[in-house]
Amino acid sequence: MKYLDEYRDPGVARQYAAAIARMVTRPWTLMEVCGGQTHAILRFGLDQLLPPEIALLHGPGCPVCVTPVELIDKALALAARPEVILASYGDMLRVPGTSGSLLSVKAAGGDVRIVYSPTDAAALAERHSERQVVFFAVGFETTAPANAMAVLQAERKRLRNFSLLVSHMLVPPALEALLASPNCHVQGFLAAGHVCTVMGFREYEAIAREHRTPIVVTGFEPLDILQGVHMCVKQLEEGRAEVENQYARSVRPEGNRAAQEAIRRVFRVSDRRWRGIGDIPRSGLALREEYQEFDAERRFPFVSEVVARESPDCISGLILQGLRKPRECPAFAAACTPETPLGATMVSDEGACAAYYRHRRP
Amino acid sequence: MPDHPVDFSLSCPLPDSRHTRILLAHGGGGTLMHQLIERIFVPAFQGQPAGPLHDGAVLELRDRLAFTTDSYVVNPLFFPGGDIGKLAVCGTVNDLAMCGARPLCLSAGFILEEGFPIEDLRRIARSMREAADEAKVAIVTGDTKVVDRGKGDGLYINTAGIGLVAEGVRISPAAVRPGDVVLLNGDVGRHGVAILAAREGFQIETRLESDCAPLADAVLHLLDAGIEIHCLRDCTRGGLATTLVEIARDARLQIEIAEAAVPVLEETRGICEILGFDPLYVANEGRFAAFVAPADADRALDLLRAHPQGAGAGRIGVVSPDPSGLVVLQSGFGSGRILDMLSGEQLPRIC
Repeated sequence: MKYLDEYRDPGVARQYAAAIARMVTRPWTLMEVCGGQTHAILRFGLDQLLPPEIALLHGPGCPVCVTPVELIDKALALAARPEVILASYGDMLRVPGTSGSLLSVKAAGGDVRIVYSPTDAAALAERHSERQVVFFAVGFETTAPANAMAVLQAERKRLRNFSLLVSHMLVPPALEALLASPNCHVQGFLAAGHVCTVMGFREYEAIAREHRTPIVVTGFEPLDILQGVHMCVKQLEEGRAEVENQYARSVRPEGNRAAQEAIRRVFRVSDRRWRGIGDIPRSGLALREEYQEFDAERRFPFVSEVVARESPDCISGLILQGLRKPRECPAFAAACTPETPLGATMVSDEGACAAYYRHRRP
Repeated sequence: MPDHPVDFSLSCPLPDSRHTRILLAHGGGGTLMHQLIERIFVPAFQGQPAGPLHDGAVLELRDRLAFTTDSYVVNPLFFPGGDIGKLAVCGTVNDLAMCGARPLCLSAGFILEEGFPIEDLRRIARSMREAADEAKVAIVTGDTKVVDRGKGDGLYINTAGIGLVAEGVRISPAAVRPGDVVLLNGDVGRHGVAILAAREGFQIETRLESDCAPLADAVLHLLDAGIEIHCLRDCTRGGLATTLVEIARDARLQIEIAEAAVPVLEETRGICEILGFDPLYVANEGRFAAFVAPADADRALDLLRAHPQGAGAGRIGVVSPDPSGLVVLQSGFGSGRILDMLSGEQLPRIC
């Protein structure tokens, strides 16, 4: 298929792997930031193609995984209200909160709907003027522009029954937090191509320079990832620490200005808690003061009373920081499976635990 | 002025029989129900061996029988390539076919929601008849119930079916042997994608049609030619992957599938890519996997390809003696990955 098969050519993949093997002189540890990349690596067995010197750690770039349990619990509390239609992306539905998931609230009578775009959620609000439509706005810089557009649409249409439960994360502060940790082994990053499609990669230049860590903006297809690894290892072998762009067919240095403008109009930078990792200053987005009427947490003050609790057996925080692999968790594939997940990394299609469970279990 | 005489008597008037929508009374066992049967179901199913009017059908049989049932709740009721009626006939016919049975007759139970358009019911009954004719099976008995508005999804259908199994036919996962060749009768993922695209609110334009079709004839075509078939399974909910996982587990053998050998139409792949779905897990309604003895594999493939329901058939894999009970998908990258069941339905991803 056009624009797909070209990037999945096994022959070229083996050539790339061989070129990496010829170049490498010592062990290197790289982290792919995005969960989509993690899944491609395991699905196509790319880690098995690489020489043993190259270790890949799986990063925190799965929006479902890093959404804090408090926010899941707030979504559950909202969805249980009779006046609320809770609209969400499909893969949030199975994520466990303190007790239950959106799927279990739906089964108990909550009105939970899967939408494919936040503007579909705004359209729901238009069609159901007697109900309150809350969109569960999770994700990184990739989903933020569409969420901002939904708010702007709702404002233009004067929708009084539409709001967002916001859990927006920003990638660069998380990378800085990882690099600042004394346990960090990461020597190079494959940055998330879609995030950079929106934001560009200027803000990564300071990180690469200050932490002397190469960052290669990388796509999601097998050849993208292998080329990204090749570029990153080349930098490491040559002693360079720069930002390079493997995903040039999608990413421009300055990113998508119109999308950034939409984000800036609606959101401001805020502190955020990352599930499994903890609080990271200035690592998220919140609605600006002038758009507070679209903030579900303001509209439904009762959600602030939610008390959240994580499973003590889940080590997803260590996994999201690249400190452990899923198979090193005692609960993996035992107490914790996709049917009975203890943490979000086992739920999402992009979660590292789910990726190992699906592709590498025995 | 009303255009017909008004009934002033105190008794409950007979409901107007020229209704365009289903009323609760259509399930009440009275006149309206009989009218519904006579006007919709009898014309649709007449000319078949037994009529659906009696309490049950009486069958005179002394053979080995296969017996199955399935319920149909598809949404939307009409979709490119079929509708719930065609699905309800093909699905049950196919379950019989997967036992190696020659389908003989079906029952059909209708659960109608109050307010359902009668014209839609007529269309659906007609398409059931067409599918039954194609599958050479008779609909011999049925039932109709009506539920309150809001308590159903327009229409649900249950069909059950009986088929005859020839002497010597032993088709089950337990019969699968190492070395068996896995054949597939065509491209996968089309039904699920066509349904999804037809759903309201989905702004994906596609000309893809469901592969919904009766498969008994294609299976009998193989059996009649003396092909040694060990197991058959139609790849419905959960798609090809789930079907293979079920068989591998039950047979306690490993199934090795070559990813490149599994046909998927470009358009199906494209829509699946957009939504983050794996076509191997997307539902089909006209596809089956056949596990055949290696000596018969080439001949079976030729026979399948010569049949209208197997034109796109291919050899997709082989059963290995490894007792792992797993399905391993060999990618072109020289690495294998395990295919497992999904824990629920595939949900669209965030990014």
